[in-house]
Amino acid sequence: MIYTSGVDVGSTQTKAVIIDENRKIVGRALNDTGADVMVAAQTAFDNALAESGVKSDAVKYVIGTGYGRYRVTFGDDQVTEISCHGRGAVHMFPGTRTVIDMGGQDTKAIAVSDTGEIVDFCMNDKCAAGTGRFLGAASAALDIPLSDLGPTALRATRPVRISTTCTVFAETEILSWLGKGKKIEDILMGVHQSISSRSIGLLRRVGINEEVSFTGGVAKNLGMVEVLNKNMGLKMNVSDDSHYMGALGAALYAMDRVAVAEVST
Amino acid sequence: MSDCGCGDKPCTYVGGLDVGSTYTKAVILNSEGDIVGRSMCNTGFKLDVAAQKSFDGALADAEIDAEKVGYVISTGYGRHQVEFRDITVTALTAAARGAHWFFPNTRTVLDIGGQTMKATKLDDAIKVRSFRLNDKCAAGTGAFLEKTARYMNYGTEEIGELASSSTEDVEISGVCAVFAESEVINQLSIGSAPADIMHGAMNSLVGRSLQLMRRIKMEPEYTLIGGIMRFPTMVKALTAELGEGVNVPEGDLVQYVGAIGAATLAQQRFGKIEAESAEIIEA
Repeated sequence: MIYTSGVDVGSTQTKAVIIDENRKIVGRALNDTGADVMVAAQTAFDNALAESGVKSDAVKYVIGTGYGRYRVTFGDDQVTEISCHGRGAVHMFPGTRTVIDMGGQDTKAIAVSDTGEIVDFCMNDKCAAGTGRFLGAASAALDIPLSDLGPTALRATRPVRISTTCTVFAETEILSWLGKGKKIEDILMGVHQSISSRSIGLLRRVGINEEVSFTGGVAKNLGMVEVLNKNMGLKMNVSDDSHYMGALGAALYAMDRVAVAEVST
Repeated sequence: MSDCGCGDKPCTYVGGLDVGSTYTKAVILNSEGDIVGRSMCNTGFKLDVAAQKSFDGALADAEIDAEKVGYVISTGYGRHQVEFRDITVTALTAAARGAHWFFPNTRTVLDIGGQTMKATKLDDAIKVRSFRLNDKCAAGTGAFLEKTARYMNYGTEEIGELASSSTEDVEISGVCAVFAESEVINQLSIGSAPADIMHGAMNSLVGRSLQLMRRIKMEPEYTLIGGIMRFPTMVKALTAELGEGVNVPEGDLVQYVGAIGAATLAQQRFGKIEAESAEIIEA
């Protein structure tokens, strides 16, 4: 059996996936990226191998992706995360035409063809508003774990409107709402709405064509999924492996390379 | 009556309050227009409380009672929360008046505070002719410096000293105060000194200030105000870019310019009201 791997070194977390010849995920691992990007990449890869029970020499090709892709020193090649997210999403949900990838520091809207090729994309370049960091700021300001943000927001009855754009100022605004006696769930719903409206703005620029697949770490947040679904009036594809979509895409590209090499020999 | 220093005349003290995003400043002027009391406190989340606290502090500093103050103008982002004010004026108007009070030849005011950056151009009548704000983004404000310091485990009070001990240039893009975290971590991991990174962060603010000032077609003399101008490194870097005709109020007075501007306007208004009521009495 031939195996390949994709290692997605994101701004916040590093993800690694091992797939087999049938393009099924046989191992996955995730750890914080931290300051030492090379170590993070190696750790994720080693842990994914350990989970799969595959020996490292059985992994014929490794592709790095994400902002730290050039630090995947054991990688054979690199592919941009936009290509990888598009590819991963179409593999997992073949009807995908639009991908919204929300990570720790960036949000990307990607339009893909039926073969998973990138048709168009758009991202927040210069500003952390509308990214996972906005949730991170809320989590820090309210002292609530990231994983509780979504479920808490869904209990809102009278959501507040977060008026600041900047993530730094939003932190202050959240505290001022708290000072005015607003409920945490109502503030958090405001935070989710703010991210949703910025993301939908990005999506509109590439066109919202169904099916829409939601990838990246924030796709784990059920509150975000529900708010986006409601505001767009559709139901996005979300997988348990949403945050591995970039790594999966990279592993699929790696499998293509191996297959081409096999055919030519 | 005599204890307030007004002699036989009615009391003519006036107050200016500047409720900023980070600090609240209060100033008391006497009938001669001299500063007789001032005080500053953290704004926090209860703006009315901060306003009262800084006003009480300024009264205590001036050694007078609240009833001796004939007129109060509030300014700054929390100006509407000052319950004891007579009227409010915008932060831009107050800063223009305050800058003129210190330096009568001021044509351009650059005000950098905890959460704002404002460039204002004045005409001969001290009126605001044009302005630009950096109001949706923390890059270019004190918050950017605060975040940069925090990413390196330094406190806000250490920023000034840290930046002034810089020996080498490090470029910080200053595009987003959140993304600066990765930039700071990258710089630290390649061995850059925290002092140089802090200095780089200040330089990014200088770059953004110049952008704003160019858009209002700046002219000398320039008056630099706001809490960020407490940092000599910042003033030095701005002066190097602007050249001749840069004014900076001394010491912590840079933080009081808006409050002083509000107080001088209060004095004008109060004078007018007094004159009008005198006319009514005579008639």
